[in-house]
Amino acid sequence: MLSKPLGKQERKSYGDGMIVLGLETSCDETAAAVVEDPPFIRSNLVLSQLDEHRPYGGVVPEIAARSHLDHLDSLIERAMREAGVGFGDLDGVAATAGPGLIGGVFVGVMTAKAIAAARGLPFVAVNHLEGHALTVRLTDGLDFPYLLLLVSGGHCQLLAVEGVGRYRRYGGTMDDAVGEAFDKTAKLLDLGYPGGPAVEQAAAQGDPARFALPKPMLGRPGCDFSFSGLKTAVRLAREGLDSFTGREAADLAASFQASVAEVLADRCRNALRRFAVEYGQPGPLVVAGGVAANAALRARLKTLAEAEGARMLAPPLALCTDNAAMIAWAGIERLRLGVSDPLDFAPRPRWPLEDLTERAPAPASTAAPAPAAARV
Amino acid sequence: MVESQSTADGISLTLRDEGATQALAAALAAVLRPGDVLALTGSLGAGKTALARALINALPRPDGSCAPEEVPSPTFTLVQIYERAPAPVWHFDLYRLSDPGEVEELGWEEARAEGIVLVEWPDRLGALLPEDRLDILLFFPEHGGGRIAVLQGGGCWTERLGGLKLDAIEQA
Repeated sequence: MLSKPLGKQERKSYGDGMIVLGLETSCDETAAAVVEDPPFIRSNLVLSQLDEHRPYGGVVPEIAARSHLDHLDSLIERAMREAGVGFGDLDGVAATAGPGLIGGVFVGVMTAKAIAAARGLPFVAVNHLEGHALTVRLTDGLDFPYLLLLVSGGHCQLLAVEGVGRYRRYGGTMDDAVGEAFDKTAKLLDLGYPGGPAVEQAAAQGDPARFALPKPMLGRPGCDFSFSGLKTAVRLAREGLDSFTGREAADLAASFQASVAEVLADRCRNALRRFAVEYGQPGPLVVAGGVAANAALRARLKTLAEAEGARMLAPPLALCTDNAAMIAWAGIERLRLGVSDPLDFAPRPRWPLEDLTERAPAPASTAAPAPAAARV
Repeated sequence: MVESQSTADGISLTLRDEGATQALAAALAAVLRPGDVLALTGSLGAGKTALARALINALPRPDGSCAPEEVPSPTFTLVQIYERAPAPVWHFDLYRLSDPGEVEELGWEEARAEGIVLVEWPDRLGALLPEDRLDILLFFPEHGGGRIAVLQGGGCWTERLGGLKLDAIEQA
């Protein structure tokens, strides 16, 4: 799908207070946010985190398009009110257009298009993963290029981020995502839901050396991951025990988390070294996605980055998990490069980040191009 | 190595390693046609996604080429679609669903109309689970490594089960 440059009179230059409404409905969360440039989050609402929408403690996924549809309008109204802006103040509307569940994505995209059409505003179809990838520029004003470890319940990949829409994949998971491995391990150890925090809490009380769990891919060349076998090893370790108490659960959780930390560090080390060669600089390493909330993993990756002479950055927790502020910000990043999308843009349930490159705008002035050697 | 044993309840196989999983996947791929439903049942880590991955990559692409691709776990995305011949493969993982009605949101009807359906955690389907299906039950053997796979056919699969070329696979 081709991107349409904005007409001249519509174009706004960087720094004149561009305000964008962002919508996120691609998976479990219904979210709306208003973000402006220079970077400032005016409002950032995630439905499951609002007190009145916690009937099940916020653990049941809201996968149904119906649910997004029921809540999105009032959530937008509230996000606009909290931001202190009206539709007339907006410079654009951005919505996640994939990857994700087609029903949910449709609700967000149709709503954003309707607002854009009614108000004569540019519409931006945002790739959900690009939202995660660019968040660190909203929170820390980081320049391109950087190395991104994107780790969440559904994603696990390492990417070189060269600029808006310009991503080069270094590696990804061949089976389970990290967050999924945490959730399933929590289930296998009867630790409850959500699994990430449950495993982290238990692990803090446990002995990581008690169980020798596998560290899949450790020491191998490249930047790919595999976590399925680790999950199965947790299961077999539990079944091999004569008794299973809180102590065993804690020790297994600690052993599991230690394995994950070592594998992530090993893969990131390979990626940082490749990145240093290709871009002539050490990192920085950006860790994004829900798994970035795990303090033990963060600490391990920080140590690794420092050993490689690189900085490690991770957005604050509320912006690591799925949210709409990152979608609004990705919208701003595109709009200020003069890029928006036609109103007939079709949502894309499968939409790898590398596919963005073909519709990418010219590199931003802040994006240091990769040296010729890297462009093979 | 695959060891198989026919019983009144279906076919029981011992999958000793990944190669055996691939051999089973190849045998299934040879008979699959549009409209088929394969229900994969087993606890966490039993190998449902591993078998689905092998099966998807045992089917050729629509242009006839055989190029394996990444088949990530669909636990969080709930469904992934792969362009394959003789029909697109819809790989569902219903682990996170709480209500069969939610399956409709995932394109279940479209999948049934045009595709080959692989579904993990099929118990979440309730009455939507068709009678015409191949059940594959995966579990850990009481002793030793590997997995046990039990194939049970419902509807048209009761006959088709006999046509599976498992004899090409080394048997005990």
